[in-house]
Amino acid sequence: MIQYLRDHPDDVWQWFLAHVWLSVLPVLIGLLIALPIGWLASRFRWTYAPITNLAGVLYTIPSVALFIIMPSIIHTKILSPINVVVALTVYSVALLVRVVADGLSSVPVDVRAAATAMGFKGFGRFFKVELPIAVPVITAGVRVAMVSNVSLVSAAALIGVAQLGSLFTEGFSLQMTSTVLLGILLCLLLALTLDLLILTLNRWLTPWQRAVVSR
Amino acid sequence: MNGVGAFLTNSAHWTGEDGIPHRLLQHLGYSFGALLFVVLIGLPLGLFIGHTGKGAFAIAGTANALRAVPTFGLLVYVVIALSGALPGNLSYLGPSLLVLVVLGIPAVLSNTYAGVQSVDPAARDAARGMGMTPSQVLWRVEVPNALPLILSGIRNAILQIVATATIAAYVSLGGLGRFILDGLAQRDYPQMAAGALLVSALAVALDLLMAGVQRLVVSRGITGRYARVPLDQRSEPTLTAV
Repeated sequence: MIQYLRDHPDDVWQWFLAHVWLSVLPVLIGLLIALPIGWLASRFRWTYAPITNLAGVLYTIPSVALFIIMPSIIHTKILSPINVVVALTVYSVALLVRVVADGLSSVPVDVRAAATAMGFKGFGRFFKVELPIAVPVITAGVRVAMVSNVSLVSAAALIGVAQLGSLFTEGFSLQMTSTVLLGILLCLLLALTLDLLILTLNRWLTPWQRAVVSR
Repeated sequence: MNGVGAFLTNSAHWTGEDGIPHRLLQHLGYSFGALLFVVLIGLPLGLFIGHTGKGAFAIAGTANALRAVPTFGLLVYVVIALSGALPGNLSYLGPSLLVLVVLGIPAVLSNTYAGVQSVDPAARDAARGMGMTPSQVLWRVEVPNALPLILSGIRNAILQIVATATIAAYVSLGGLGRFILDGLAQRDYPQMAAGALLVSALAVALDLLMAGVQRLVVSRGITGRYARVPLDQRSEPTLTAV
């Protein structure tokens, strides 16, 4: 395992970096798209069922299938990493829409009323009161999306997109378990690091949760 | 997408070893074979842990950690590690099925546990107070109440297994994933896309089927879907929310 790392440090580093942006970018774009849709689903309750049902069906489609169908929808090359980013963005949106909607709906009515009474309205109330209160719920969804993305990205090695999953295809053609193990461990390391990063961000965004606990 | 339509409507692709029906049956065979073991292992274990509360700490951690394990990597690793150790046909089928089972168990196990765990303690106490034995409490109160979560765990496991069985074509398993990998090897995009569409359709169809099953077997007392019969015409006393 160490041997492979010593022999191909540049390859492994390149694959690691590719894996990072292939897993992180879809979650970020996905969250940006899911916020307005989730808001819509929580603001107008009749849209909740159709939106979450559609999201559920999208989430049902196996990721590898989505990687392959993408080129015929967005007219990219079959081996382009953009397919992976777009497919996983669709996944992240499908997962996060429901989470955002539920998070926003969990804001207590009297909190919203108090904010309105204090003069918050429209966008201001959304960004300064409702969204921050929904952060912990949304964080939980983002963690699931991020960690499962790290795993899903590696399957893109099947269709020739280079990232840590390339260690699996490489290991299979060489029949070397150690190479595969290196890939698995690096994936786990990346997933764990990203998860800790999100937790730290959540802590920083919700100082009031600490205040309550430490009292 | 024109090429895909041509691939799917070509009658040559609907017969023989590498025809669509045979590949579909293979895919279903692997999936249900794996699901059988997943349910046989995950369900009793989840019921036991949920009912007794023993070993609950182990569940939350493992289910989350397993989500981070790259499916594809695990598959390749197990196949390389075990393929030499098994005889004949088993050498490539066995390891893949093992991985399908391992990946499916957490969904069923953790949902079954969570379902039993979240049964209203008052309902459990009432059952005990009525003189039910522990096994009656489990089968007549806890399981029916946990059924929605148990079934959605099985749904998740099915999706996970169908998706992973697709990837398993890479390590020489049959099934619909073959179209994707053979298409890739032959630079035949229509074949790949046809495989991808078939797998997607299979996943969506199985999920809808399970949604139907869920609607049929879950007690209406839990889902709250009652027939609209006026109160005074009902034969049985109605149960208000506990």
